[in-house]
Amino acid sequence: MTAVEEVPLSAAGNPIGFGNMKRVEDQRFVRGQGNYVDDVNLPGMLHSAILRSPYAHARIKSIDTTAAEALPGVVAVITGKTLEGIPRPSLLGDNFAWMPTLSYDTQAVLATDKVRFQGQEVAYVIATDRYIAKDAVELIEVDYEALDPVMDAKKAMDAGAPVIRDDKGQTDNSITDVHGNKTWESGNAIGTAEAIEKAKNDPNCVVVTQEILYPRVHPAPMETCGAVSYLDKVTGQLTMYTTSQAPHAHRTVYAMVAGLPEHKIRIISPDIGGGFGNKVGVYPGYVLSVIGTIVTGKPVKWMEDRGENLMSTSFARDYHMTGTIAATKDGKILAVDVDVLADHGAFNGVAQPTNYPAGFFNIFSGSYDYPDAHCKVTPVYTNKAPGGVAYACSFRITEAAYVIERLVDCLAAEIEMDAADLRLKNLLRPEQFPYTSPTGWEYDSGEYEKTMRVAMEIAGYDELRKEQAEKRARGEYMGIGISFFTEGVGAGPRKDMDILGLGMADGIELRVHPTGKAVIRLSVQSQGQGHETTYAQIVAHELGIPPEDVEVVHGDTDQTPFGLGTYGSRSTPVSGAAAAVVSRKVRDRAKIVAAAALECSPDDLEWELGRWFVKGDKERGKTIQEIALLSHSSLELPEGVEGHLDATAVYNPPNLTYPYGCYICVVDVDPLTGQVKVRRFIAVDDCGTRINPMIVEGQVHGGLADGIGMALMELIAFDEDGNNLGGSFMDYLLPTAVECPDWELGETVTPSPHHPIGAKGVGESATVGSPAAVVNAVIDAISPFGVRHADMPLTPANVWRAIQGNNVRTDMAVE
Amino acid sequence: MQTPAPTDYVRATSVDDALAQLQKYGDEARIMAGGHSLIPMMRLRLARPEMLVDINDLDELKHIKIEGNEIVIGAMVRHREVLDSPILFEHYAAFRECEKVIADPVVRNRGTVGGSFCQADPAEDLSALGSALRGTVVIRNAQGSRTVPMREFHYGPYTTQVEDGEILTEIRIPIRPGAGSAYEKVERRIGDWAVASVGTFVVVKNGVVEDCGIGLAAVGAPHYSAPEAEAFLIGKEATEENLAQAAAIAADHCDPASDQRGPADYKKHLAKELTLRALRRSVQSSQGA
Repeated sequence: MTAVEEVPLSAAGNPIGFGNMKRVEDQRFVRGQGNYVDDVNLPGMLHSAILRSPYAHARIKSIDTTAAEALPGVVAVITGKTLEGIPRPSLLGDNFAWMPTLSYDTQAVLATDKVRFQGQEVAYVIATDRYIAKDAVELIEVDYEALDPVMDAKKAMDAGAPVIRDDKGQTDNSITDVHGNKTWESGNAIGTAEAIEKAKNDPNCVVVTQEILYPRVHPAPMETCGAVSYLDKVTGQLTMYTTSQAPHAHRTVYAMVAGLPEHKIRIISPDIGGGFGNKVGVYPGYVLSVIGTIVTGKPVKWMEDRGENLMSTSFARDYHMTGTIAATKDGKILAVDVDVLADHGAFNGVAQPTNYPAGFFNIFSGSYDYPDAHCKVTPVYTNKAPGGVAYACSFRITEAAYVIERLVDCLAAEIEMDAADLRLKNLLRPEQFPYTSPTGWEYDSGEYEKTMRVAMEIAGYDELRKEQAEKRARGEYMGIGISFFTEGVGAGPRKDMDILGLGMADGIELRVHPTGKAVIRLSVQSQGQGHETTYAQIVAHELGIPPEDVEVVHGDTDQTPFGLGTYGSRSTPVSGAAAAVVSRKVRDRAKIVAAAALECSPDDLEWELGRWFVKGDKERGKTIQEIALLSHSSLELPEGVEGHLDATAVYNPPNLTYPYGCYICVVDVDPLTGQVKVRRFIAVDDCGTRINPMIVEGQVHGGLADGIGMALMELIAFDEDGNNLGGSFMDYLLPTAVECPDWELGETVTPSPHHPIGAKGVGESATVGSPAAVVNAVIDAISPFGVRHADMPLTPANVWRAIQGNNVRTDMAVE
Repeated sequence: MQTPAPTDYVRATSVDDALAQLQKYGDEARIMAGGHSLIPMMRLRLARPEMLVDINDLDELKHIKIEGNEIVIGAMVRHREVLDSPILFEHYAAFRECEKVIADPVVRNRGTVGGSFCQADPAEDLSALGSALRGTVVIRNAQGSRTVPMREFHYGPYTTQVEDGEILTEIRIPIRPGAGSAYEKVERRIGDWAVASVGTFVVVKNGVVEDCGIGLAAVGAPHYSAPEAEAFLIGKEATEENLAQAAAIAADHCDPASDQRGPADYKKHLAKELTLRALRRSVQSSQGA
């Protein structure tokens, strides 16, 4: 358990500061009293539904909406043609049929010329209830001319491949990023190539190359995406209740897309039922609900169903990676090179900072000490759903951690070295921090070996290896998999990082009322992370007031200052830092007021939790609550000092934070059926200071379950005709409690040196780190059959086929 | 939220009432028992019955009892009740093993035996077990009832002998003293349909297989059965070699299709492996009986 300092408890029994505390928001969640977008019902509200394409690639010859419009209860039917007719007063195109993506590409709001993926938005029906809307959708007749789809990223650039983005005048399926590049490279290309070449010719070295697919998966939050939009024609204000992880960024995007004045837009994200990156992007459905209210003058609700969520909203991964690792035969890593073919679907809608077209994938050099690393990422269009958003992936760090951790295991197999020994030999050492990686990241802090030793200790690593050897002798196949990952989270420093030109700093406001109760207003958006609890604890820690005396306000752009929202594990590293900074500003103001009240100089005051007192005379002091009242009173303050304690702050992080961890997974594999049983999972995370260890552990639990899902069952596959084979929860499998072992957690605490409270962010650590541990364990189990690699998901069929020596493309329809 | 097409609803008060309702609405009516296949299909608009005849109030279809040398299971018996039934467990432990791996507790609490058989999904576990045990089903219509052997009940995937205006009322399973039984299933995740599954029973006397039954789901076995393998094994010694031979024959008899659960060759392999495992355990528990 967490080694927290002795923290005093409030009257309600909560820590006045950091420590375990039950989540405040769970009071309503466990009682079914949450308020989600679909719970929002406004007077006169209309409902809507979207007609979607059954084809992956087809030309639209005509759309007949007559029968749909004639259905009683239908208010409006909108097609791409309708949108083309609505002029848009903005720089982003002259009509509403197309909208910008987060990666400076364009995406159809409703298809005009062609459909480009199965599930694409074709027409929009507004009706008096959602059943009628759906009935009307079925009455719309679309005449399609089917075209050959591009379903395999590896064939997207073949000569003669159908061209998907002819709307942009393209002649092939390459993607050009905002900087004008068709590929993105990072690291030392020449040095890495030379090091690998040298190793090839050195009898004391080995070079291992492995093709590794991270297949397409989906964030699949429990709550699907939706919005209720209302344009009040009297005030001119657009109010939008929406499933957004980034309300402020969305407001700015809507202002740009719809050409509406930003100060007249209010985005409200009420309770959000999970995001995992799915609710970062702006989807056609959201925009259509806005157009719907503009057209009808009534509030319009759009709420997608499960199939729509899985088939049309942002997927994750879809990275075809070829990794090469060079090392000495005694296990010193020399260089790593990774070549990636990135499948972005039909529109480049990847959510990531502008300067990072492949996200933070170039942190793939991992947790090891070697000089040369290089990657090249080539994105292509295919006839699949667009997006490529984070899925709790910290901007592609999941792919990065996976490729390096698989490569290290491939190397271990090649040189017949224990996977733990190989890692211990190469891990960065504490004295190397701050460490500049071969691709330019500055890791802020870490004691990697210590963390790994803790994990091995909990696992009983040596005994496990002994057990494995005994079992193998009797024909039983258990596997032990290790993953050591380093993340870079908390995007990010404004000089390097922006999305659509919006720098990634976070604003915050803290008000302290006369009675000492406080309200903190955040720009970030909880989707289940527990912000209402954690942020109260940060204020409690800094001001010494009970957390139950701190109200946390978020999810309403009219009530909170600007910031870029919650994804990429950025809340605690950025907004959490802002919360500490703004609390310290309040504390400093309180000091001046206390000095005036105590008739001394502020320099004579000393702080203890919740109270300023006169140095050397502890009895003479004022609590924050007393000071709050004084700050609103007639007490005379020094000239130039305003009353009240309220403060605001904007936090621009100087660097990312670098949480890391060591995960060990133990599996049993039945080689005759291919079934994998995850027997144990040990996760030791170092996320720096833990504000609420209970919440940290909860986040880790969730991420580990995610990792087991991706490693063993989750997949969005397509057949050759372009049909999505993962469009329901019968086809897209999420893990259940049955597939999850009792998690065995541990921790080390290496505070971030540049974060005000030393916290590093942990929301995605387990999702990033765990898939490799599971896959490494399965491969370890079946290595006696000569298997060095098999791609996710390791379903029973895929494990069995790997054992037969028949590794197949797991992202295609099974043949 | 998924929204079904317009439909109407009536709640039957007796089997006769249900039959009358079905007759009234003809082929536009569907019986709703547990609703755990029908409702999802309606929500996806893959099914769009104009009238739902709800039979959840029909207490006359909710029994598990012994009549003569048969166990009789009413059509409205929930999976959960099969799982917990001491009568079924006493005679065929395979019922419990099978039910444990059918869907999840939420589905088992509502889903019914009759619904499972009538849905006739090729991957349906209870149908495979019913076929292994060579049970019969009782179908009623306005004229009366008839009894159909399980191995003639299904015409093929999703089609059965239950015609419009008819209700499946009972499943009848013969009791076989000394029988051992087992159920084996491979699934991608708990609650998923089977990649392959096999139920078996074996009656062993003096080391010889006196009777046996093999039922397979999701592997393209006609009527969920493997009669050639049974014929091979009956009268033979219950040796590992003979069981393996029977399993191989059963697998040969299957014609699975590739899908996202796995390729055909893998499913065929599973048919053999799971048949062998189920037979082994059936023999063990038979000898123990």
